[in-house]
Formats: sequence, structure tokens, C-alpha cells
Amino acid sequence: MKHTFRQVFRSGKFVVGFSIFVAILLIVFIYPLIVPDPPLAIIAQGTFFEPGIYVNAYDSIGASKYTLNLEGAAAKRIASKLKAEDRLAMKDWLVAYGIAEADIDIENTEQLLDLWAKNYDSKAKVAGMTNAKRNYYVRLNTSLQGLLATEAAVIAAKNVETGALEEKGKIAQSEYVNVGQVANVRFLPLGTDNFGRDVLTELVAAARVSLQIGFVAGIIATLIGLTLGLLAGYIGGRVDDIIMFFTNLFTVIPSFVMLILISFSIGQEHRGAFTVAMVIGFTSWVWTTRAVRAQVISLRNRDHVNLSKLSGHSIVYIILNDILPYIASYVVMALILQISSGILAEAGLSILGLGPRTTDVPTLGLMMNWAMIYQAHILGKWWAYFPVLITIALITFSMNLMNTGLDQVFNPALRD
Amino acid sequence: MKGYQKYFLNKLSWFLITFVFAFLLNFILPRLMPGDPVAAIVSRVAQGMSNTSGVQAIYEQYARLFGTNRPIHEQFFIYIGNVARGDFGFSISQYPRTVFDVIRSSIMWTIALQFPAIIVGWLIGNTLGALAAYLKGGFDKILMPVSIFVSNFPAFGMAVILMVIFGVALEWFPTSGGYGFDLIPEFSWKFIRSVISHYQLPFWSIVLIAIGGQAIGMRSMAIYELNADYVKYARFMGIKDRKIIGYVFRNAMLPQITGLALSIGTMVGGALVAEIVFSYPGLGYTILNGVMGQDYPLISATTLIITIMVLSANFLIEILYGIIDPRIKAAQAD
Repeated sequence: MKHTFRQVFRSGKFVVGFSIFVAILLIVFIYPLIVPDPPLAIIAQGTFFEPGIYVNAYDSIGASKYTLNLEGAAAKRIASKLKAEDRLAMKDWLVAYGIAEADIDIENTEQLLDLWAKNYDSKAKVAGMTNAKRNYYVRLNTSLQGLLATEAAVIAAKNVETGALEEKGKIAQSEYVNVGQVANVRFLPLGTDNFGRDVLTELVAAARVSLQIGFVAGIIATLIGLTLGLLAGYIGGRVDDIIMFFTNLFTVIPSFVMLILISFSIGQEHRGAFTVAMVIGFTSWVWTTRAVRAQVISLRNRDHVNLSKLSGHSIVYIILNDILPYIASYVVMALILQISSGILAEAGLSILGLGPRTTDVPTLGLMMNWAMIYQAHILGKWWAYFPVLITIALITFSMNLMNTGLDQVFNPALRD
Repeated sequence: MKGYQKYFLNKLSWFLITFVFAFLLNFILPRLMPGDPVAAIVSRVAQGMSNTSGVQAIYEQYARLFGTNRPIHEQFFIYIGNVARGDFGFSISQYPRTVFDVIRSSIMWTIALQFPAIIVGWLIGNTLGALAAYLKGGFDKILMPVSIFVSNFPAFGMAVILMVIFGVALEWFPTSGGYGFDLIPEFSWKFIRSVISHYQLPFWSIVLIAIGGQAIGMRSMAIYELNADYVKYARFMGIKDRKIIGYVFRNAMLPQITGLALSIGTMVGGALVAEIVFSYPGLGYTILNGVMGQDYPLISATTLIITIMVLSANFLIEILYGIIDPRIKAAQAD
């Protein structure tokens, strides 16, 4: 046993797969301890907030100020408001208005703004300009006002009694706050999803549920497959014929179709994560049965099994002591594959809208489904679907790497 | 030829038995489930109705319409009769279209998409796997992990990524539908061009997934064969490498054909999901619509059609296999 483990951990592929898998497991268990928020809590008003650090604007007004004289701060401020396409649009308007093109240098912000301020007239009729375009220039003009101003912004509050605005303080352009001193800062590494939930927290919870679904489905499928395979292979005869009849049947009837049919029949209200896992398990035992049966048949007439039979041991005893240990490595490999295909099956079902009930837990498939329904992929909101895909791919990839590694250890013909 | 006939008859009877069972399952499964599909439909139709006798009347009408008020064996024979005539009843979500009509308009899309994609993926995958086994070294070191990763990538994930890269970012191909939404299906160059450009993304997303799995299988088969005794013997005899490789790959290919037959069901499942991502007007998209619209007759008929398609594909492959593999003829002739 000890020797086998040592051998297994010498296989590079297995170790890589195992490390990825353990890392995912650790994250799934440790993350909720650090961030104990409920995964389905809706925190954002609006859809698909970009990943980043969200600093409370109200609190940052009250936080203590530090003056930093940084070079290029003004240029950055302007650049964030005046994008390259805005500059081009300004030039277009000015040219259309009658300014010589040679006089306009769109890289020189000061000169450009100066020209603009002198010439721009929202009422001026420019030939061939659509109304939408005209409105765009009006908006652009408003946002440009005060762009080069260097005065401080004034903070005012309404007087409760008179309703008049009273000055409370000023914020100069060179003043900074320390993020650590602002009372409310929320770090959203993966932004929010279409419902306004924190994607990272949701993703960790979803990975956990999906792994659970995979494990339950894999264990059910492997147990059924192992039992049927052992019976068919060891007892043979009529039992073998019957079991193989059903196995062959379900090999050709696509399990995905069975999954759809059963999941749809169960109905949305009854489809918990556990039910979905059971359905997946009950439709995917076929491969294990075939494989185990083939292995048992090759073992059935070995000398040690015959000896055991002669000694009068019961069938159960023989199966447990003389057969199972020999196929144990095979069963473990089958289990690993079943778990990973169970996770994929759940995701496929959820994409179809046949996943677990949506109200209590997220799963990787459901997150994918939500992102697709809200068209995150078309809108370019990569954080809503890409991390989910990567997580699914990493889980299944790591499990298959482990499987390939084990295969190479136990099947010498495949060794490099 | 006698042996092959026996093989053919054996496979044909298997095909028929599986067909009967698939048909039975398709009939029984929905009826075994907790909850009454008719009640579910009625509760949707009668939403907001407070009149109990009215709801009762609606229920009875629907029960009559779907025939659920009759004993189960009677229902079964009626079902057989109807299906034989191609009558799957009315679609609930796309009423007043019949289920037959909905499926007829989508089935060709699915066949035209999936069949070539699976075959092309299988061919490319096997070639790559064989090359990896033969060339070893760097090619193998790169191809293997990539294949493992790709084949474990969820089918819809591949579809989404291809769509984001080539459809949304590069805008090379359209992102959804089977043809331009401004066109009417007709036989014109414009329409055919539109169909072809819509075809690319779903097609390649299915092909890529198939390549990975097949390459892994072919590689291990080819390695196994390359180490076989007959290869060593042939080398000692001084037979040219090229000729040996021909033998090796013919032998390694045979299990791969069985593999194709066995995995075609799984592949179709993944391909259905790819259709959904691209809103391709095939059966997968029809299933999605059925699920969204709680359309019972549509789902049941679609799953039956897909099962029949997969069964037939399997049958054809096994028939071909019998012709290709001499051992089968030999085994049957004994």
C-alpha cells in the first residue's frame, strides 16, 4: 500500500493534477472562513459592475486629507475625461465649423480646449450633422467645462432649517485620502454579476456545490457500476446476460437525453442540488459496469481465486478479498472520471435551464446559465463567465491529469 | 458472406430491441415522475383564476386532449399509433404549430451541423493522436496536455470562448442563428453564404472538443500497438517503416471506430449545448425552447428523435465495423 502511494506520487502528471485539485479544495474551504458573506446576497444595485476596489465616495469626503504633489496628475484627470475619440470628434466639429485643419493639434490639450471654448456654439448649424451627433457635442461640451480649472471643489450640505446650501469644506486637486482610512471599502476582485452579487464569493460557493454534486453523482455511479460489474463478471451465466443486456441498452441510449427527460419530468420545484446529483449518478453507471466486468472476468479464473473457492469461502468473501483489491486502482480511476463528468453534466443541464432550483445555492452551471441569459459574453462582461469556465476546466482538467497519471502507474504499457 | 449476414442480423435485432426500450423509456419516464404534467400545464394556463370549477374544467379538457384520463396501456397504444403517423401532438409553447412541424424545421440543421463536425473531429483527432504516438518527443509533450485540457473543457465553454474571440472581438463570424435574421430560407447565393458563415463557429467548437478526446484515445492505442510483438518481428524482417506504420494504424483504428460508436451519444449531448450557445436553429435549441416554455410534448418528441438518431448512427457504424474488421467475420464463421 505504502509502496503504491510512493509510486503514484512519483508520477508527474498525477502530482500536478493532485496539487491543482487540492488547491481548489483549500480555496473552497478557506475562503468562506475569511469572507463569511452569504454567496447569494445581492449587494450591488445594477448589473455587471467591473472588478476593482470600490471606495465609498461619501466616506472619502470625511476622511483625513493628505497633499501629494504628483507629476502628471492633472494630465491623467483630463485624459480620463477627454478620450482620444472625443478629441477627434472635437476636431471634426471645428473643421466643419470652418477652422483650418492645420491649426488644430489634438494632442495639445490646452490649445484644443481653447479653440473649442472660443468657437463652439451649440446653436451653430453645421451642414449634414444628425441630431444625435449634435446632442453628443452638447454633452461633450458640458463635460469639458471646468476641465482645466485648478480651483478646489466645494463640498456643500443643505441646511435642515433654511434649505440653503452651506459650505462644509473644500477639496483641492492635490489632496488624497488613504484607502485604509476610509470606513467603507469593498474589494470586488471579480466584480458583480447580473443580479448584483459578488462574483468571487458566489464562484467559491458554486465550486463547492458543484464538487459536492460531482462527488455524490460519482459515488452513486461507481457503486452501481461496481456492484453490477462484480456480479456480472464473477457470477456470469444468466445474471451476466441480464446485466449486460441493460448495460448495452443504456450505452447506446444517450445518457444526456435521459438526463434531460428525467430532470424535466422532476420539475423545477423538486430539483435540489442533491436530486440533480442523484439523477446524474443513476444515468452514468454504464461505463463503470463494463470496465469492472471486463476486469473481473480476467481475474475470475486466476489461481488464487480458485484456491479460495476450493477452501470453501463464500462469494462475498472471495469478491471482497480476492477480487476487489486487484481492481481497486481501476475503480478509483473510474470514480475520478465519474466525478469530473458529473460536474460537466450538471453544467450542461444548467445551461439548458434544467439545473438545480435556483433560489438556494449557486452551482457552476447555474452561474454560467445566468451569465448567458444576461448576455455577459456579448456585452464583454468577461468576469461573469470566464472565471466560471476556468474553474470548471481546472477541476475537470486536474481530475483527468490525476487519472492519466494513475493509468500510467498501473498500466505499464502506457509508460513513456 | 454467411458470417457477415449473421453479424448483420445480430446487430439489427439489437438495434430493434434497443429501439423498443428507448421508446418505452420515453413513454414511461415522464409518467413515473412525481407531479402531473397536465396539472403543471393547467396551473400555468389558469394562473390568476380563482374559479375552482373553471380550473377543473380546464384540467379535464387538457386531460382529454393529452389522453391522460385513459388507462395507461390504452395511452401507450394510442401513443404508438400517433408516433407512427408522425403525430406528436401540438406544441404548447409554439401553439398552434404541431410538434412534428417544429421538429421538421430544426432536424436538418442538427444533422447538417453535428454529423460532419463529429466525423471531422474524429478524423483530425485520430491523425493527431497517431502522430503523437509515432513522433513522440516535443510534439507529444505539447499535444497531450493540450488534448487533455481541451477534451475536458465543457462543450459550452468552448462555444462561448470561440464566440467571444471570433464573433464578438474580431467580428469574423456572426454570433447567433443559423442564417442572417434579415433573410428568408431560399436557394440563393446570399442565403447560402450567410448559412456558411453562421455555420463556422458552432462547427469548430464541436470539432475542437471531439479532437481532444479522440487524440488521447488514439495515442494510447497506437502506443500499445507500436510495442506489440508483430511490430518487432516485422522490424527484424527488415520491412520498411512506412509499411509497418500502415499496419499499426489500421489495427489501432479498429477500437477507435467502436469508440466512435460508443461515444456518439455523449458527443451529441455536447453538440446540443453548442447549438444552444449559438442559438443555432437545431434540436438543441428546440429543447431549450421546450424547457423554457414548459413544453412537454415538444421535449418528449425531441428526446425520442435524438435517441433514434443516435441509435441509427450506432447501427451504421457497427455495420461498417463488421465490414472493416476481418476478425468479426472470422468469429461469426466459427
